[in-house]
Amino acid sequence: MEKVDVRGLSCPLPVIKTKKIIDQGATEISVVGSTQVSLENVTKLARSKGYSIDIKKDQKNDWEIELKK
Amino acid sequence: MDKSKWLILSTGLLIGAIAVTLVKLGNPPNMGFCIACFERDIAGALGLHRAAAVQYIRPEIIGIILGAMLTSLFAGEFKSRGGSATLVRFIMGMFMMIGALVFLGCPLRDVLRMAGGDYNAVVGLLGFVFGVGAGVWFLRRGFNLGRTQESHSQFGGYIMPLVFVFLLFLLLKGTVFNPDAGGPLFFSKEGPGSMVAPLFISLAAGLLVGFLAQRTRLCLSGGIRDFILIRDSYLLLGFIGIFLGALVFNIGFGFFKAGFAGQPIAHSMHIWNFLGLFLVGLTATLLGGCPLRQLVLSGEGDTDAATVVVGMIVGAAICHNFMLAAAAAKPAAAGVAAVAGGPGIYGQIACVVGIIIMAVIGWTFREE
Repeated sequence: MEKVDVRGLSCPLPVIKTKKIIDQGATEISVVGSTQVSLENVTKLARSKGYSIDIKKDQKNDWEIELKK
Repeated sequence: MDKSKWLILSTGLLIGAIAVTLVKLGNPPNMGFCIACFERDIAGALGLHRAAAVQYIRPEIIGIILGAMLTSLFAGEFKSRGGSATLVRFIMGMFMMIGALVFLGCPLRDVLRMAGGDYNAVVGLLGFVFGVGAGVWFLRRGFNLGRTQESHSQFGGYIMPLVFVFLLFLLLKGTVFNPDAGGPLFFSKEGPGSMVAPLFISLAAGLLVGFLAQRTRLCLSGGIRDFILIRDSYLLLGFIGIFLGALVFNIGFGFFKAGFAGQPIAHSMHIWNFLGLFLVGLTATLLGGCPLRQLVLSGEGDTDAATVVVGMIVGAAICHNFMLAAAAAKPAAAGVAAVAGGPGIYGQIACVVGIIIMAVIGWTFREE
């Protein structure tokens, strides 16, 4: 599983970093982040790319999700 | 269209309508809200610059920060954080203000000006779009100002809102600290700074916009950025909503007047309208948000965004002290010659230097 760490990154870097891994053709990606905005943006991107989203942890300022295709 | 898209479109419509209503109630024309102009007015009220026509502690700014703070507290999103290239962000805030005052407005006022029929603002929009595009070019090449750190103490995040609570106190009290000099506080007796909606209405409007912008993450540079970068139109709908809401209210109140000439607090030097907002678009994209978004983030505990806001206020003082801000075009009146308007040579130099410095920051802060 590919890992992406977007904690502490401002817009739109969480999306850019996740998209880079998606564009490499990864089918399983784990993403960790620290703001609700980045969670919203990364899940929106993943959904638009046809990934299913499994939320492992969502504590407002500390989240972890798994994307699968 | 899904629910969230309807929500941000309605938010935009409402903000556009509120902005024009504030003009009806006394704010300067096509300036119901202008984050850059209003921060500049605050700098003037505090005596950081002495341009007599633009001095007032704008309650809208106080409202936006406090509205965003209260909303983020209720949503559990308030978090004190910072430490990502702080001084760089301060300098970028200064240049974002220089770009805005060369054009005469932030991106929010650009939309409001277009909705008032000001064609100069369309030229500004083109510059803004190209500026955001240039910012995206650097983002695609690995631009990153670095990660912020969450603080172990929440207090740092409250400092910016507390500063603005203190400004509200000063505004209500109206103390003149140095009566011999006439201030500070300075409050304009004529010009845009003297045109104000009733204090508590302005404050309430700010609180409401702070709430709406925090919830929807409204960001004008983000709207264009996300569309260029990932063809996502969510934030762009907020942008379009503001335009439509303001357009309908401008027509309703009889404020709409199409053309290049005779527009309020504007000039027709096309190249500088373009380059001014080019600088704002580029800087805002590198900073991760437009001047409005920086205010909202400051209310959420983001001390990096607060640093940008302080940089913008200092930048406004520099703009007026060093004659960088553009002059508004004015027709000839009794005994007064017409003013062509636009930035002087120092403003033009500062704008170009700003674009070069932002490009250097964009290039040198690449990760790989």
